[in-house]
Amino acid sequence: MATATTVTAERENYLNASYGFRSWLLTTDHKRIALLYLISITFFFFIGGFFALLIRLELLTPQGDLVQADTYNKLFSMHGQVMIFFFLIPAVPAVLGNFLVPMMIGAKDLAFPRINLLSWYLFIIGGGLMLYTILTGGVDTGWTFYVPLSTAFLGTHVVLAAVSIFIAGFSSILTGLNFIVTIHRMRAPGMTWGRMPLFLWSNYATAIIQVLGTPVLAISLSLVGLERLFHLGVFNPQLGGDPLLFQHLFWFYSHPAVYIMILPGMGVVSEIIPCFSRKRVFGYEFVALASIGIAVLGFLVWAHHMFVAGISVYSAMVFSFFSYLVAVPSAIKVFNWTATMYKGKIYYTTPMLYAMGFIGLFTMGGMTGLFLASLGVDVHVTDTYFVVAHFHYIMVGGMVMAYLAGMHFWWPKITGRMYPEGWGRLAALTIFIGFNLTFFPQFILGWTGMPRRYHAYPAEFQVLNVLSTAGSTVLAVGYLLPMVYFLWSLRYGKEAGDNPWGAAGLEWKTTSPPPTYNFEETPVVTWEAYNYDDLPKEVPVVG
Amino acid sequence: MEHIVSAKIYFTVWAVLMCLTVTTAAVSYLDLGAFSIVVALIIATLKGSLVVLFFMHAKYINVKATLLVILAGFFWLIILLLMTMTDYITRAWS
Amino acid sequence: MSDSSEALATHELRHHFENMEQQSGASSMGMWVFLITEIMFFGGMFMAYLAYRYEYFTAWQEGSQHMDFWIGTVNTAVLICSSLTMAMAVLAIQQGRRRLTSIMLTITLCFAIAFLVLKGIEYHGHWLAHEFPGPSFHFAGIDPRHVEMFFVLYFVMTGFHALHVLIGIGLVSTMLYMNERGHFSADYHNPIENVGLYWHFVDLVWIYLYPLLYLIGHHHVG
Repeated sequence: MATATTVTAERENYLNASYGFRSWLLTTDHKRIALLYLISITFFFFIGGFFALLIRLELLTPQGDLVQADTYNKLFSMHGQVMIFFFLIPAVPAVLGNFLVPMMIGAKDLAFPRINLLSWYLFIIGGGLMLYTILTGGVDTGWTFYVPLSTAFLGTHVVLAAVSIFIAGFSSILTGLNFIVTIHRMRAPGMTWGRMPLFLWSNYATAIIQVLGTPVLAISLSLVGLERLFHLGVFNPQLGGDPLLFQHLFWFYSHPAVYIMILPGMGVVSEIIPCFSRKRVFGYEFVALASIGIAVLGFLVWAHHMFVAGISVYSAMVFSFFSYLVAVPSAIKVFNWTATMYKGKIYYTTPMLYAMGFIGLFTMGGMTGLFLASLGVDVHVTDTYFVVAHFHYIMVGGMVMAYLAGMHFWWPKITGRMYPEGWGRLAALTIFIGFNLTFFPQFILGWTGMPRRYHAYPAEFQVLNVLSTAGSTVLAVGYLLPMVYFLWSLRYGKEAGDNPWGAAGLEWKTTSPPPTYNFEETPVVTWEAYNYDDLPKEVPVVG
Repeated sequence: MEHIVSAKIYFTVWAVLMCLTVTTAAVSYLDLGAFSIVVALIIATLKGSLVVLFFMHAKYINVKATLLVILAGFFWLIILLLMTMTDYITRAWS
Repeated sequence: MSDSSEALATHELRHHFENMEQQSGASSMGMWVFLITEIMFFGGMFMAYLAYRYEYFTAWQEGSQHMDFWIGTVNTAVLICSSLTMAMAVLAIQQGRRRLTSIMLTITLCFAIAFLVLKGIEYHGHWLAHEFPGPSFHFAGIDPRHVEMFFVLYFVMTGFHALHVLIGIGLVSTMLYMNERGHFSADYHNPIENVGLYWHFVDLVWIYLYPLLYLIGHHHVG
């Protein structure tokens, strides 16, 4: 295809290889499926965000004056369910993971491309049911579905919500299954486990959790459904059922689920920090094994969500002990990222700003998790805004920022275009400020006694609540900015080359956007990961 | 390349499984007290192991990762059962 | 004969795999990963069973006496036989013997259907004896509330198991159909192996359900 005329001759890539709805809706190309997921989860992010804004609006004043109590219960329940199951859980694995895992290991696609497409359709079906649940009144159980409230006392669409999440869970399982088999069986020649980018280790660890944890959520929700529909009351106290049994089964998944949410983000950070420090990751083996450590230890801590629910204090001590232990591998990662940056040549690009923000905010969130792991402190702050602040520091300050970091870092590879760097940095700063303004006051609110899931509160808490709501509007603006300039860049963004960041990794060795089969020839890997010593000291595209 | 298990092995396993089934049914009529469940689970695990090793070819898998997958599955089930029972068993201690 | 078998295999090689060995290996591993998700799914039910057995052992004994010992035992034998014939079906296709494969798959289906029929008879019996949980439940013996919980676990666990048997019937039937249409050979038969794995797993779950539900403390009868 010799075109000597235009510089921007359009080579065949995965985007222009075929056109039309069918070529997208029936695609088995992991890159196209990643984009299908991108559009879907972005949609749900805004739905979840919309509920968040309503919550913050209600909490501007001490009285419950915007909505009724039952409606408020629905707002925070739907906010949680949508954000967790339809945004956070799929975000990095299904978008960035789907796009990059085959490329990073030098394969043409995932092991099971059709199952990949099926996972997206399951996500859409689950999402559709969730939307229908919302439109017909939602549920007010909290995202946690505790029994006997969810089984015996509510007239809301508990079963519908449970089914939608069950189906979305299946989508998650299939993604994890695909990644496990792909990483084990489809690495390019020379790509040993020790040469894999840490993003792969993180997604592998995530996949382990998806595969082993999600089925227990599935059975928990099934049992709630069976009790509501068929009188098969496994948790029914009238038959000697134990509501705590539900909580054990629910949290057996839902605690590791938070690691499903954060591990891929850590993987993103592990790629970005070395690139913009122009240095190899410090302690590669430790970071890799820490990912596995988090996945395994994460399954041993779930009852720290139940310390005040009535479990035996001896059991609580065991879970408290493991909860302290699980912080260790996370801390190892933070040390290693920091050590990577030490004496590196730092470039403050948008992805780097988000990654650095991640390290700080995740550390704060993680540290406050240790406070919660302490039985004595937990009695005081559980079910208060302290917990809300803790998990939002990790999920939003950590995970969402890592997701944005990854989207900015790999945007050139995915689309072939650069986003406008000035706007990128502005948005990152706006998000950082908005985030801290929204959630830091909530730590204080929590330890001074404001309970969570209440739509009214004593007047003395108003000032901090107003600050928090103000912060949330800044945060909302910050999230809107990338929507605008990413779309803008598709048409007007500068064309990115194969490797605008001068980054290490197989994905940067192919064109931007990549061809449908990723590589012209199967690569043979003879070098270690993060070979920044062999790459240019300068980042080609800056500013 | 692909290991083919002989019909003879399959029939032998089948016969052992049938015998173990008769055994576990018969043993349930004995008064073993707290050991009843232990014996029943041991026999069930023997049966299960035969199914996994021979019918499901686990004995002949040469991909280590697949063996790791199988072990992980059972190990995680044990985590669920054991860790949850720490609550139920120790509730009476308080 | 082996030429067309290899041609079939080559035709079935998907483009993103380097060779058939990689594809088969990936396919088997994927199936096992799926099966461990099933272990955890049933695991939640076993957890419920374990917790309540620990708390209400007498009721568990009582409930177990009211199980249909003979249907349970025969069904256990039926599933073991079905596992044998399923394994023989895999053996047959490994040897390229298509007709024998179809015969073995058909016999497996017969056993599977027999299992469900017996299960249906069993459930019906419980229903007539007012042993289905809910408003119709009535138990004249000791500790009726907790015995009702035993029956809840019984119906939930065997119900989900029966659902998996039903799905298995669908899968085995599909394999039978595809085999009759000539889709499989000595060189290509991953789907049959994978369905085999699924089927044996269903047998495995029942191997544990049987003693846990049917065989608790018979010596207390009478």
